[in-house]
Amino acid sequence: MSLEKPKPRVAVYICHCGKNIADVIDMDEITEYAKHIPNVALAKNYKFMCSNAGQDLIAEDLRSGKIDRVVVAACSPLMHEETYRRVLRENNFNEFFFEQANIREHASWVNLRDHKGAMEIAKDHVKMAVAKVSNDRPLIRQKVKVTQEALIVGAGITGMFAALDLANKYKVHLVERTPTIGGHMAQLDKTFPTMDCSACITTPKMVEVGRHPNIDLLTYSEIENVDLNVGNFDVQVRKKSRKINHLICTGCGACGEVCPITVPNEFDYNMGYRRAAYVPFPQAIPAQYTIDIDSCIECKLCVDACDVNAIDFNQEDEIIDLKVGSIIIATGNDIFDPSKLYRYGYQKYKNVLIAIEMERLLSSTGPTLGKVIRPSDHKTPRRIAFLQCVGSRDFHEDTHKYCSRVCCMYAMKQARQYKEKYPDSEVFIFYIDIRAFGKGYEEFYEIAAREYGINFIRGRIGDVFEKNDGSLIVRGNDSLLAEKYEIEVDMLILSTAIEARKDADVVGRFFGVQCSEDGMFMEAHPKLKPVDSLSMGVFIAGTCQAPRDIPDSVAQAKAAASSADNFMASGEVEIEPYYSMVQPEICSGCRSCIQLCPYDAISFDEITNTADINAIKCKGCGVCVASCPSNAIIQNHFTRNQILSEVRALKPWENYIIKN
Amino acid sequence: MVKNSDFEPYIVCFACNWCTYTGSDQAGVSRMQRPADVRIIRLMCSGRMEPRYAIEALKNGADGVIIGACHLGDCHYLEGNEKAVRRFSVFNKFIEEYGMNPKRFQFWHISASEGAEFTEHIKEYVSELKKIGPNSRKKIAAKEFKKLEEALIQ
Repeated sequence: MSLEKPKPRVAVYICHCGKNIADVIDMDEITEYAKHIPNVALAKNYKFMCSNAGQDLIAEDLRSGKIDRVVVAACSPLMHEETYRRVLRENNFNEFFFEQANIREHASWVNLRDHKGAMEIAKDHVKMAVAKVSNDRPLIRQKVKVTQEALIVGAGITGMFAALDLANKYKVHLVERTPTIGGHMAQLDKTFPTMDCSACITTPKMVEVGRHPNIDLLTYSEIENVDLNVGNFDVQVRKKSRKINHLICTGCGACGEVCPITVPNEFDYNMGYRRAAYVPFPQAIPAQYTIDIDSCIECKLCVDACDVNAIDFNQEDEIIDLKVGSIIIATGNDIFDPSKLYRYGYQKYKNVLIAIEMERLLSSTGPTLGKVIRPSDHKTPRRIAFLQCVGSRDFHEDTHKYCSRVCCMYAMKQARQYKEKYPDSEVFIFYIDIRAFGKGYEEFYEIAAREYGINFIRGRIGDVFEKNDGSLIVRGNDSLLAEKYEIEVDMLILSTAIEARKDADVVGRFFGVQCSEDGMFMEAHPKLKPVDSLSMGVFIAGTCQAPRDIPDSVAQAKAAASSADNFMASGEVEIEPYYSMVQPEICSGCRSCIQLCPYDAISFDEITNTADINAIKCKGCGVCVASCPSNAIIQNHFTRNQILSEVRALKPWENYIIKN
Repeated sequence: MVKNSDFEPYIVCFACNWCTYTGSDQAGVSRMQRPADVRIIRLMCSGRMEPRYAIEALKNGADGVIIGACHLGDCHYLEGNEKAVRRFSVFNKFIEEYGMNPKRFQFWHISASEGAEFTEHIKEYVSELKKIGPNSRKKIAAKEFKKLEEALIQ
């Protein structure tokens, strides 16, 4: 038997991807080209390599014994690497004898008009993939035990539903930044299109979350630090001090009654007031009180008022260590601040409100108990107007290009509620397009226009002026009639955009989740992995990912819960074996790698005088590999040989020499 | 000497899997058109990038080498990109010593959502490389390759 390494026999499959690739890159030419690359045993092309028939094509060739390594030139490996690896696995080949050449995203799609250029890139990418696969070595995925507990960040409607779904099977830690759970939905009065009362559907769920034996509720708490060990995340949560012992507090409210400090209530969007010792709203969960230490003057009247001696001004912040197997991020959204758009006069004119403020005015639990009044003179407005797309669908700086999806609906909903309360009033909605996309939404729009007599006027308004009595003059151009208008209204409501949380990037960094261009969290794939993040075991749901309404948020919560369950259920998770290894016979023992490792995965063996890498702790960044002065460290699947062979496969001089 | 107008630069980009590679995917999905001059090699982290890969590419006649890393503080592996920044901070000076235009080497921070930025950067870089002209190593690399080929045949 020959001791020489058998020559790799590579099969190259080129995918048409329907017309996505084949329209730009000539399939016959590239297949012919691939046949002549060293080590290539056969090259084929097919319409859809990822389809069943395409996979069968690979399987057949693998079983025939003609080939032992596979290159698929198709889309990005981030999309289908796993699909093709499975084909190898199922046919008893090591799944790491596979490389994917990205000729769609990186060649055909970015060079739709330059067919020749796209072909050159595609050829190079195929060549590199063949060079790399020829140097691939068999690897075995490592298995790691998964902690059977989950962490959910954010206890709005999304976080609560995800928690309730998961808690039937796992212990769930639900972390919420504010003193109460419920999120934005608890602030709403009614929900479209059914007009059912928001509180009637939220509060029972809040109670359920609060009482569930498997849910560990951590309100008024924030994430302090996360160690991203897949399947065994170490999370530190800072439980902020409430200066009230929650084990003793009965929520009687005696402290709030005696508290002399009055501050605007964030829950009412600063439309109402609360004390420094407070619950944000009467149905809050947990029902116990919190002392807002930033506005408290420490008069300690509450200490005397409290019958059960629950108030403890010596209480400090508490750091809680958690170990969880999966994480769902449901941090929700902020609301666009329209004071940046001076022309609409928010915060300049008293009677210009944003929609969430109007919502609190309409709410029967709000500061006015459901009576709509205008802030300047506390009179009930008779003519009101809504302006749509404030901060969304706007290509200026400080505004967002995307559609916030819910504003058309909530504006119509508020308009209808207002009309129900004051039937003889007049309502205008200034819109660009009415986007009533959901189930029952178009019908809702129909009724708003026909039965409620709400005036829809197309076109953004140009200017808003205030009259002496506080009324507003709205000026604009009706883009359907091509007519200028000037309408006097008592109150103007701005339908503001949903936007990413101000600190989304900071939170994202904790969990290794990237932000998209719009600042919201990025999903692993826009269609196929809508609740996965690029960080394994971390899922995203709700409005932290994109603007969406309540049904969609709940659907995502359930999807994320099921994904997290799926991730933890087997008790084990397989992670990519891209870890690095020290070759002890080459290691000189200089220890320079040890300080560089961000995960403390490298230890030093005093007896052999060499470094040693813990394969489980190693995440496979390869920093140590690149910095080892003796080249003693190898990274699996990204060895020095492999990367060099990729670089050497390229011939940057070729075309240039032919031309000259 | 070739006229700059009919010279297409050859660029090799070493891209971190979590940012620039995904960003380039995003550019593809959004069909952002760019000059067909960039070949992308996937690494798991810019911290894995060794100077010798860049040297090898330049030695072979590549007109430009790009490292695509995450923004500082955004590294998927905590601080791999910071280490790459430090490792490559004097690389331009180094290639200049060897008689190469220091602009042939670029270190970019492109996040996974910045497909548009990546495309813009490439457009600018290509026009800059066209001004600089082709890498003079191309002829030598071609000769060396021919020699190697002949040796193999014999």
